[in-house]
Amino acid sequence: MQRTTMDLWVGFFVMAGIGALLLLALKIGNLGTYSAADSYTLVGSFENIGGLKVRAPIKSAGVVVGRVTDIQLNTETFDAAVTMNIDSRYKFPQDTFASILTSGLLGEQYIGLAAGGDEAFLKSGDKIMKTNSALVLEDMIGRFLFNKASEGNDEKK
Amino acid sequence: MVDSIWRLGYASRFFLLTLLKSGTSFRRFDLIIRELYFTGVLSLIIIIVSGLFVGMVLGLQGYETLQRFGAESAVGTMVALSLVRELGPVVAALLFASRAGSAITAEIGLMKATDQLAAMEMMAVDPIARVVAPRFWAGVISMPFLAALFSVVGVFGGYLIAVVLIGVDEGSFWSQMQNAIDFRYDIVNGIIKTCVFGVAVTAIAVFEGYDASPTAEGVSGATTRTVVTSSLVILGLDFVLTSVMFRGMS
Amino acid sequence: MTSETLVEIKGLNFSYGQRSILKGIDMTMLRGKVIAIMGGSGSGKTTLLRLIGGAIRPSSGYVKIAGKIVHELKRDELFKMRRKMSMLFQFGALFTDLSVFDNVAFQMREHTDLSEPMIRDLVLMKLQTVGLRGAHDLMPAQLSGGMARRVALARSIALDPILIMYDEPFTGLDPISLTVIGNLIRRLTDALGMTSIVVTHDVQESLKIVDYIYFVSEGVIAAHGTPAEVRGSVAPFVHQFVHGEEDGPVPFHYPAEPYASDLKLGAGFA
Repeated sequence: MQRTTMDLWVGFFVMAGIGALLLLALKIGNLGTYSAADSYTLVGSFENIGGLKVRAPIKSAGVVVGRVTDIQLNTETFDAAVTMNIDSRYKFPQDTFASILTSGLLGEQYIGLAAGGDEAFLKSGDKIMKTNSALVLEDMIGRFLFNKASEGNDEKK
Repeated sequence: MVDSIWRLGYASRFFLLTLLKSGTSFRRFDLIIRELYFTGVLSLIIIIVSGLFVGMVLGLQGYETLQRFGAESAVGTMVALSLVRELGPVVAALLFASRAGSAITAEIGLMKATDQLAAMEMMAVDPIARVVAPRFWAGVISMPFLAALFSVVGVFGGYLIAVVLIGVDEGSFWSQMQNAIDFRYDIVNGIIKTCVFGVAVTAIAVFEGYDASPTAEGVSGATTRTVVTSSLVILGLDFVLTSVMFRGMS
Repeated sequence: MTSETLVEIKGLNFSYGQRSILKGIDMTMLRGKVIAIMGGSGSGKTTLLRLIGGAIRPSSGYVKIAGKIVHELKRDELFKMRRKMSMLFQFGALFTDLSVFDNVAFQMREHTDLSEPMIRDLVLMKLQTVGLRGAHDLMPAQLSGGMARRVALARSIALDPILIMYDEPFTGLDPISLTVIGNLIRRLTDALGMTSIVVTHDVQESLKIVDYIYFVSEGVIAAHGTPAEVRGSVAPFVHQFVHGEEDGPVPFHYPAEPYASDLKLGAGFA
């Protein structure tokens, strides 16, 4: 078995293929910026999650710190139980506030974390106590109309 | 009708036999290396050139559409997402079927037509183990590499058009892309698709070659059938896989 | 050479669906002999070779090689037997993607654990026998028809078989190559003590080199004998075949209606 030019070409081909796969993973995909390996889980329950989906980003001060990994309906409280995977580089105080926000007027929904002042940090598996539901457009319009109507009543008096 | 069911059954049995007799190919990897050269290396040019042009077209069209909404910085996302999820696996597989698949069919068909397979059989060497299996595995190995190259070159083509030529901001081009593309969902699913296509195309190619009638017309007919059947199978499988993988995703 | 029987064929029948190809063939082939099987095109000669090689199963009867019935062997036993026999295909059937050297080395590499230098020596020896040692790094596409046939011959004796079958070895060769191949078959058979079965319709060349001849026509053995017997034969079929006459027991015309009635030459047109 002697080495041939064919072997060289095949070697080159395999290198290029593996290189392309790595580029896909690191440069084009988000494997370089966020990996699931070193992360911890938090759970939050929301009255209404609106259009939040699995894989939605979790941001704090605009920085992506993790992703939503699971959404379930808690059939006892009829709340949505949202599981979040947070990068373990970021620690949050126990009185952190989680709210479902929308990026832009029509953009995707994400979870915003606003840190509180507690000395103790949330640990993996902990539940975020303070949550704020998604704003649902129909509710907002309904509330707005209701307010307008009651204002009108006030003026008549 | 009965005839095509018969043929399908025969093809399945042939596929299983190929898998069962693959041991030799892995014990003697030089057989696969040789075929990797013919299926992989010789497909590089067509894959890279097509990838570049597809990416460039995506960049142009994407920019054209997105700038109406003032979202031209999302052109990277669009190019990369289209390539990684759909165009990379599908177009690379279609090109692979017409470049390497047809070559495999023609080669095996000619070996049959010129009695080389019968000669091998008479020398107590199993042609499925010695000829079919190495070609099959080389195709299965090449396909993901080729599709990944196609996507990477395509993204680079999009980058050339959007960033270098039109002047979209480079930073937002890459960062929006990386934000939008998830490794596990988009890239891994794309690679899974590619592997499925690779198995399908090469299985069809080796079967058509082995089953070709041993005449010049038989071989050319089999080569055509390889390209047509694999193209249909690729597109059909793509629909099935996409609906399973990306259902309920954002 | 001992004259024990190597191949014995008894009552061999074979049919493709309804069509009967071979009907009750009996043959006996001795070790160390060159045996020719002759017959017109489509008389079932090649089918006979495929039956001897175990590529197809007979409808009834059997082929026995060295005491073993071929179609009763299991696949691995058959493969074991095939290592001791080889077959030269009509146009050589060289592996087009391998060089001449690798073609001859093919079986050694597949079936033996010989070291690469040893294989090199053996391959060059085999090529020397057929006079093509100098062509060992050519590709099959670069060879002429006669050379390809000789390389195929070198490849078929690679593992010193006891039985070689030649399917139309003389087809499409110029007179020089034809004599070369014919003499090679004879010399190799004598030198290696093997048995050669030559399927051919080239009468003159085979009469020079073979020990025994079977004539097959329409699936039965029409005549058999040594070359001397065949030359002197007065049997109509053998006479027609040996002298290449146009008409005889093998008719010139394909069976048809009477000529006159086909051309509508009849009373009505007068």
